[in-house]
Amino acid sequence: MKVIVNIQLKNGVLDPQGKAVHHALASLKFDEVGDVRIGKQIILDVATDDQAKAKERVTVMCEELLANTVIENYTIEFPAC
Amino acid sequence: MLVAVAVFPGTNCEIDTKYAFEKLGQEVVLVFHKEDKLPEGTDLVVLPGGFSYGDYLRSAAIAKFSPIMKAVIAFAQQGGKVLGICNGFQMLVEARLLPGAMKRNENVHFISQFHHLKVVHNDNTFLRRCSVGEVLNIPIAHGEGSFYIDPEGLKELYAKHQVLLTYCDEKGTPQNPNGSIDAIAGICNEAKNVFGLMPHPERAIEAILGSDDGVKMLRGFLD
Repeated sequence: MKVIVNIQLKNGVLDPQGKAVHHALASLKFDEVGDVRIGKQIILDVATDDQAKAKERVTVMCEELLANTVIENYTIEFPAC
Repeated sequence: MLVAVAVFPGTNCEIDTKYAFEKLGQEVVLVFHKEDKLPEGTDLVVLPGGFSYGDYLRSAAIAKFSPIMKAVIAFAQQGGKVLGICNGFQMLVEARLLPGAMKRNENVHFISQFHHLKVVHNDNTFLRRCSVGEVLNIPIAHGEGSFYIDPEGLKELYAKHQVLLTYCDEKGTPQNPNGSIDAIAGICNEAKNVFGLMPHPERAIEAILGSDDGVKMLRGFLD
């Protein structure tokens, strides 16, 4: 099954990429944009049909490798397919 | 003194690091990342600069799981001295041997230039030959060198004299090239045997090439 991990910098941790993109959007006159935060998405193909078990394993993956929990938050999603 | 310099796929400062310690008269062994132990009698482990594993995912995120890193972590936990330079510093924070985390530089650029540094605390092996407040000129070269730590962690760093170096101008006035909290360029652990800094002292060992201030730092590890 496919598992989608989204990783973002925690609130309060400055996102310099987001800031640069926000600035670029503003220079293109997209004045309605108040803030930009950039994260990353990791799509895993996990060999199981058990969603609970997959979530448990992917959580460990996030804690150990995929996210740096000092500065990043992560969410785990299961896309409807 | 026997210096073990760890080499990962993508490391590119191991020869400079070897050259610097050999110039100081020390024996240096390069140790490949697939080794699971350090050479017998290792006195100092250096994690050199570069782009281990292409910096994929995050800088140094993958290097920390190399076989050699298990040996380095065990060595550090037993009180062995470890110095992480640039990507090596990133490895030490990723491996949680040092507190905090590294972020993309605030201006989102890769910065490669000489930069002045101010010695904040010298009551440790690494900077014992430098004086507090002394200004050193050392090259920096990184894209993800913005040091982050939460306010409580920062307080603790200062209280325990773990802040080693901050970025400044030639007069010692704070100047922050990458957005690091309090312009911090280098820290050590509480036990003061694990040291990490973004600047490259091994690139500042000959005056004719711009600065030999790095010698003073690296000599701290010598008897």
